[in-house]
Amino acid sequence: MDQVNKLIERLGGVYLLPVAVSLIALVLIGVPSSWVTLTVAGLAMGMMIFLMASGLSLVFGLMDVLNFGHSAFVSFGAFIAASVLAWLGGWLGSDSIILNSMAILAAFIAAFQFGLAAGWFFETVVIKPVYHDHLRQILITMGALIVAEQMILAIWGGAPMSVPRPSFLEGAFLIGDVAIEIYRVYALILGGLVYIALYLTLNRTRIGLLIRAGVENREMVEALGFRIDRLFVGVFMAGSALAAMGGVMWAGYETLITPALGAEMMIVVFIVVIIGGLGSIEGTLLGAIMVGLVANYVGFLAPKLALASNMILMMVILLWRPNGLKPAVK
Amino acid sequence: MTLLSLNSMKTNIGQYSVLHDISINVPEGGVFVLLGRNGAGKTTTLRSIMGLWKPSPGSVTFRGQDITNLHTADIARLGIAFVPENMGIFGGLTIEENLILATKTGQFDQTRLDRVWELFPAMKTFWTKQAWSLSGGQKQMLAVSRAIIEQRDLILIDEPTKGLAPSIIDAMADAFREISETTTILLVEQNFQFAKSLGRDMAVIDDGRIAHAGTMADFVADKELQESLLSLSA
Ligand SMILES: Nc1ncnc2c1ncn2[C@@H]1O[C@H](COP(=O)(O)OP(=O)(O)OP(=O)(O)O)[C@@H](O)[C@H]1O
Ligand SMILES: [Mg+2]
Repeated sequence: MDQVNKLIERLGGVYLLPVAVSLIALVLIGVPSSWVTLTVAGLAMGMMIFLMASGLSLVFGLMDVLNFGHSAFVSFGAFIAASVLAWLGGWLGSDSIILNSMAILAAFIAAFQFGLAAGWFFETVVIKPVYHDHLRQILITMGALIVAEQMILAIWGGAPMSVPRPSFLEGAFLIGDVAIEIYRVYALILGGLVYIALYLTLNRTRIGLLIRAGVENREMVEALGFRIDRLFVGVFMAGSALAAMGGVMWAGYETLITPALGAEMMIVVFIVVIIGGLGSIEGTLLGAIMVGLVANYVGFLAPKLALASNMILMMVILLWRPNGLKPAVK
Repeated sequence: MTLLSLNSMKTNIGQYSVLHDISINVPEGGVFVLLGRNGAGKTTTLRSIMGLWKPSPGSVTFRGQDITNLHTADIARLGIAFVPENMGIFGGLTIEENLILATKTGQFDQTRLDRVWELFPAMKTFWTKQAWSLSGGQKQMLAVSRAIIEQRDLILIDEPTKGLAPSIIDAMADAFREISETTTILLVEQNFQFAKSLGRDMAVIDDGRIAHAGTMADFVADKELQESLLSLSA
């Protein structure tokens, strides 16, 4: 058993888990083409959820702040993107891929800017008064999520809103008899780029070093002369902006969004952060990909279990690793 | 000249009153030793200096400046380093990263780095290893190295010999002697042999109060006083 463990560790440890899950799924599904489609869908979904969850994980890791309002940034991002894309309908509908991309870029920039500004406001007004008090954090941030949902209702109305997509992101391409949706590949690439950027920031810059150290031991970083509280505002803003970006991508993926989006995603995002292990973006990525894959496989194999699949996944993983798959060293 | 003084400091942790009345003057230069039984309030005293607990009433002055209500980070920036009881090293970071974090500019001063490597060769050997993989003694060396990688005026060290083998304790004592030539050390210690070989001035804390203060030489000579202040059974 020990040797098996060592071998697994050598081969990549917990990073093997998504591989193992997808291999088991291949056996159960039996049809390679469906399996490829589902796997790509799962990875793409995982990447989008990763964007939404990464900020939450760092925010908790750095300041022990439980923010149940985090997914409000996701839904605002989605609705802002929908509005910007509708407003730039001309660019979006044109034959020029450049104009199409400009419209999408504009949606991202708008959502990102909103995330930064709203993140700053939220941290200063809602979070700061309740540092070090988990019960109040839960109550006040859940309240904030409800307020955010009502604001979306007031601004955009209660009817589902459709999100236009440019033609170059529509449809699928075929490899043999396997159909792969273009939007999913796009989500995968974009999510991958953001992950790399985050990874490099955390591992190759001084700010990143401070964040990693602060996640481990906030007090000691302060005793070395650094104001973690000021750094935290920045991390909170960046995390909110990333969540808003995740919302933009999610909006384009679903193409129909409702104000309930935030509350729905909140559960998923928390599950991902808990599965992954708090405070590490490697863990968050792993957790997000697991959730994405399992949701798609289970949705295909046993549709009735689809809703429960996240919860079951979380329970299984926590029984095996109570601190999550890849928690930050504490 | 007095470097640090604690003036009738009283510290509560939550609803518990831990320090009742702490006054000491730490002169510049050398090693000042704080002794006391388990639970006497030594760690709380160091944390109160560092701004990690806020004394009230009472005050902390450093080089004549009142630092009682400054943020911990600003206290550190005045030139005070802290080596906490649990060492506070960053296990997920390498030795190099642990040390570079403690520099002001993010760059090493080669002379200081060489000095650290000379005092604690293990720091060089394990330079790129994650700190959690170090032994207990090496972790303590890392915690001390981090405190001296920049020029500081005062280092607060909380029980650095706890759980260390005698040979490592000797190496630690040599290192502290060298460090104290350029930096004042406020050392909390239970290991009296170790403390007595280093300290010039000293104080004993008992139940949140200063029970005795004076020179180490006088204290070492007075067996009765030692017995009454440090023995387990009083
Ligand atoms: N976080 C805390 N909450 C409540 N009480 C505390 C806390 N920290 C310390 N105390 C209490 O304050 C008193 C002094 O603790 P302190 O850690 O300062 O003692 P110490 O002299 O450093 O002891 P030791 O030699 O065992 O490290 C103890 O009675 C302890 O129980
Ligand atoms: Mg102590």
